[in-house]
Amino acid sequence: MKKIVIIGAGVIGCSIARELSRYEAEIIVLERENDVACGTTKANSGVVHGGFDAKPHTKKAWYNVRGNEMFDKLSKELDFPFRRNGAYVLCFDDTKWDGLKKLYDQGVENGVKGLKVVTGDEVRKREPYVSDEVKGALWCPSSGIVSPYEMTIAYAENAAANGVKFVFEKTVDRLEKSGEKIKVVCKDGDVYEADAVVNAAGLYSDELNNSVSSTKYKIVPRKGEYMLLDKTSGYLTSTTLFQLPTAMGKGILVVPSVHGNVLLGPTAVDIEDKECRDTTYDGLAEAFDKARITVPSVTKKTVITQFTGLRAHADAGDFVVGWAGDDLPLYNLIGIESPGLTAAPALAVQAAEDVADYTALAFNKNFNPIRKGIPCFATMTENERAEIIKKNPLYGRIVCRCEVVTEGEIVDSINRPVGAKDLDGVKRRTRAGMGRCQSGFCSERVMEIIARERGIDMTEVTKSGKGSEIVVGRVE
Amino acid sequence: MEKNLIIIGGGPAGLAAAKSAYDAGERDILILEREDRLGGILNQCIHNGFGLHTFKEELTGPEYAARYIKEVLDRKIEYKTGTTALSIDKNKRVTCASEAEGLMIYEAKAIILACGCRERPRGAINIAGCRAAGIFSAGTAQKLINIDGYMPGKEVVILGSGDIGLIMARRMTFQGAKVKAVVELMPYSSGLNRNIVQCLNDFDIPLMFSHTVVDIKGKGRVSSVVIAAVDEKLNPIKGTEQEIKCDTLLLSVGLLPENELSRMADVNLSPVTGGAVVDDDMMTGTDGIFACGNVLHVHDLVDFVSEESEWAGARAAAYIRGEKAKGERVAIGAEGGVRYVVPQYALRDGEENLKLRMRVGNVYKNVRLCVVCDGEEVYSKKCMIVTPGEMETVSLNEKQTRALKNCKKATVCLKAVER
Ligand SMILES: Cc1cc2nc3c(=O)[nH]c(=O)nc-3n(C[C@H](O)[C@H](O)[C@H](O)COP(=O)(O)OP(=O)(O)OC[C@H]3O[C@@H](n4cnc5c(N)ncnc54)[C@H](O)[C@@H]3O)c2cc1C
Ligand SMILES: Cc1cc2nc3c(=O)[nH]c(=O)nc-3n(C[C@H](O)[C@H](O)[C@H](O)COP(=O)(O)OP(=O)(O)OC[C@H]3O[C@@H](n4cnc5c(N)ncnc54)[C@H](O)[C@@H]3O)c2cc1C
Repeated sequence: MKKIVIIGAGVIGCSIARELSRYEAEIIVLERENDVACGTTKANSGVVHGGFDAKPHTKKAWYNVRGNEMFDKLSKELDFPFRRNGAYVLCFDDTKWDGLKKLYDQGVENGVKGLKVVTGDEVRKREPYVSDEVKGALWCPSSGIVSPYEMTIAYAENAAANGVKFVFEKTVDRLEKSGEKIKVVCKDGDVYEADAVVNAAGLYSDELNNSVSSTKYKIVPRKGEYMLLDKTSGYLTSTTLFQLPTAMGKGILVVPSVHGNVLLGPTAVDIEDKECRDTTYDGLAEAFDKARITVPSVTKKTVITQFTGLRAHADAGDFVVGWAGDDLPLYNLIGIESPGLTAAPALAVQAAEDVADYTALAFNKNFNPIRKGIPCFATMTENERAEIIKKNPLYGRIVCRCEVVTEGEIVDSINRPVGAKDLDGVKRRTRAGMGRCQSGFCSERVMEIIARERGIDMTEVTKSGKGSEIVVGRVE
Repeated sequence: MEKNLIIIGGGPAGLAAAKSAYDAGERDILILEREDRLGGILNQCIHNGFGLHTFKEELTGPEYAARYIKEVLDRKIEYKTGTTALSIDKNKRVTCASEAEGLMIYEAKAIILACGCRERPRGAINIAGCRAAGIFSAGTAQKLINIDGYMPGKEVVILGSGDIGLIMARRMTFQGAKVKAVVELMPYSSGLNRNIVQCLNDFDIPLMFSHTVVDIKGKGRVSSVVIAAVDEKLNPIKGTEQEIKCDTLLLSVGLLPENELSRMADVNLSPVTGGAVVDDDMMTGTDGIFACGNVLHVHDLVDFVSEESEWAGARAAAYIRGEKAKGERVAIGAEGGVRYVVPQYALRDGEENLKLRMRVGNVYKNVRLCVVCDGEEVYSKKCMIVTPGEMETVSLNEKQTRALKNCKKATVCLKAVER
């Protein structure tokens, strides 16, 4: 059987893994962290962009619009939360109507459907908390929101169910040409020889490519900081609110999450350190102050957490998608910054087809496109709740009070394929600890469950991978 | 299923309310408690100092709780542990769930909310920095040490000088950890003075007022925090930063009443206390729903929780019997340095003498705490010092109560002591 190695288990790596599992091959995903969706994929705006923002005839535009169209079917097949909530691009200045018009024309050229330029009053009719200063807006009904990590986890679980192998805590050091094949050399000395390698290593995709290919790329991390508001602020907006974009990106958004929270951000600052996930005093202040231009009544009182994401901005500006050249069986996905999440489903189909073609793979007759998520107690009706506790009494034990997550869900999240290993993994799969107390009450209960289910000691339970142990020892 | 009285929460508030509702004649009572045992937050407070007012002796938290648990057991009051109340509505329909009994639905005649409070998390105070392990709220650390027997860290900085933070400074020190500093944003502590003396001074732990944490560093686990002085507007002053090596940051930055359930029943909440707005029967704006303890407003001493909750229990029993006064209410405002007063309303034809609990917004020395009714001072108490960390109580006698209940506008305020 042909061997395909995918490097990186972000949304790009995991979606490609799933699409490739439609074919017969030995597929291995190598990921340096201990879980999927630990990189840029876990920290972004979660917007399924309409596609008016990308320059016409770019790969960004093409995959954005194609990807967006795939979400309805995909979210049902893979059972992850997605909603078409629509988006406004707000114009605060009567002299900037040209900007809106340009976006409109661009969108039409890219094939975005339903775009409309509307007045400020029309915006406020739908979103009464939007600033009185808004003069007009571009309305994009096809824009949506998704939980990026839940989408990625869904992709990964479905890939695993269809035979893909995930290897975690495996950092790839470099690639080497090996005749027709390619060698993947890991930091710990392990070597995988593959018929094809998919480079989906996000911020490090340039370095991996550069280690073997004659075409060189450079990725500059572009930092974006966010504030997340409690669900009690969910009334602020149900649609995604952009301001007219600037050279650095789409500006500060006010965007609802699929779970009813509201995100303010991201900022955009180029930095050097690809490992930097810190939030800064100034960055958070900027996110808040600019969000307040859009929704003046927003307050810091309901902020429950902050986070940072790094865009993998390639010097070329557009996505780099395709074979690396030099007759290398290396398929690159470099510079997959925004709208990478939106584009992922379409990129994955393309990459999988290209790789399957190249390595002459046959279809996997047993491929099952359906994945069922963890039954979510919080959103169940009374009857459903009664039923599920009857079937599994652990659903009667509420562990996370803010998000109403039960022990049943937490146990499931740990024991399913590509399951959670630590607190953050459980959190991304079940929302335990994501609410307004930010795990103050439940972290210790979740630690106990992880220790029990995984057969490890409490002192070995981590927050997010090695080195993030939570307790340091027993009390004497 | 039907129940006369459902009490949500089996901490000191819920226990005291159950006991007194029983003693007022109510027999059909059910306490719901999500943890596996009764006692609430007291179970993890193994230090001394509870019950000085109620029992005139120094008990530990679990000992104090045990006394009230015994009262409940002696009266054979029904309770369910491991049972979380999932929702309530204004018709007093309660749904709850447990592993043992599944989903249960009750129609109650009255509900007492006694759900306690939770700690303000890091996110709520917007500290920049890394997202490494090693950042705990003080109560979580307390639970890890006292209930589970695990040490959260070895070198500790504590942000916030609330009581739990102070007590944890001592507890961590006892267990061999090095507490390097307690950092407080305000120029005063929000904790009890006795705790500052007994928990910090006795162990030479520095308490830095008007400072805050501006950055948290570390990969995987916290490796240091950066602190800085703040100006009068509480903004960090550039150039005053200093880095402290540590593996743990404890946050003791305030408690928030837990009112998820209250919101579901349209209970009107006060933006100041974070708890329900109540009348002097401890009834919220939603008919038949009462609140007491930390879910109503954050208390520093459990004795006052018990006292307030006993009153709520007795009044809920009276309500069920149909004896609740339904008349007009007079609003009790907070002014001139007083941040809030509970109850916020007094029933004009309620019988009992009023007890008002309040907190001030700043540290004041040599003041009088006054109750003013239609411009006339009906009560005044001299205070050497009042601080935001210590709740003040005003007990009005019959005459003063009557004056308040018959006036148009009542306020509680601070006035300077005339020389
Ligand atoms: C602030 C911000 C906002 C955004 N908002 C949106 C949005 O609203 N809508 C949208 O469509 N897109 C958005 N994006 C873009 C989107 O998040 C990314 O395009 C997408 O997450 C990229 O996924 P990825 O899998 O390429 O990268 P990643 O998620 O970073 O995955 C790469 C993986 O490779 C692993 N890896 C790296 N090096 C190695 C190695 N040597 N060995 C093994 N494993 C390795 C990493 O650990 C990581 O898990 C946003 C991005 C940012 C930063
Ligand atoms: C960490 C901490 C340390 C303290 N230290 C001291 C001290 O040293 N000295 C002192 O005098 N006071 C101290 N206090 C204050 C005092 O203990 C509290 O004021 C008192 O415990 C409050 O009682 P309560 O019943 O209102 O709340 P809690 O004790 O918090 O009890 C509330 C109970 O309700 C339950 N509950 C909540 N929601 C639900 C639901 N939906 N369904 C079922 N059950 C529910 C909870 O599990 C909990 O058991 C401390 C408080 C805290 C938070």
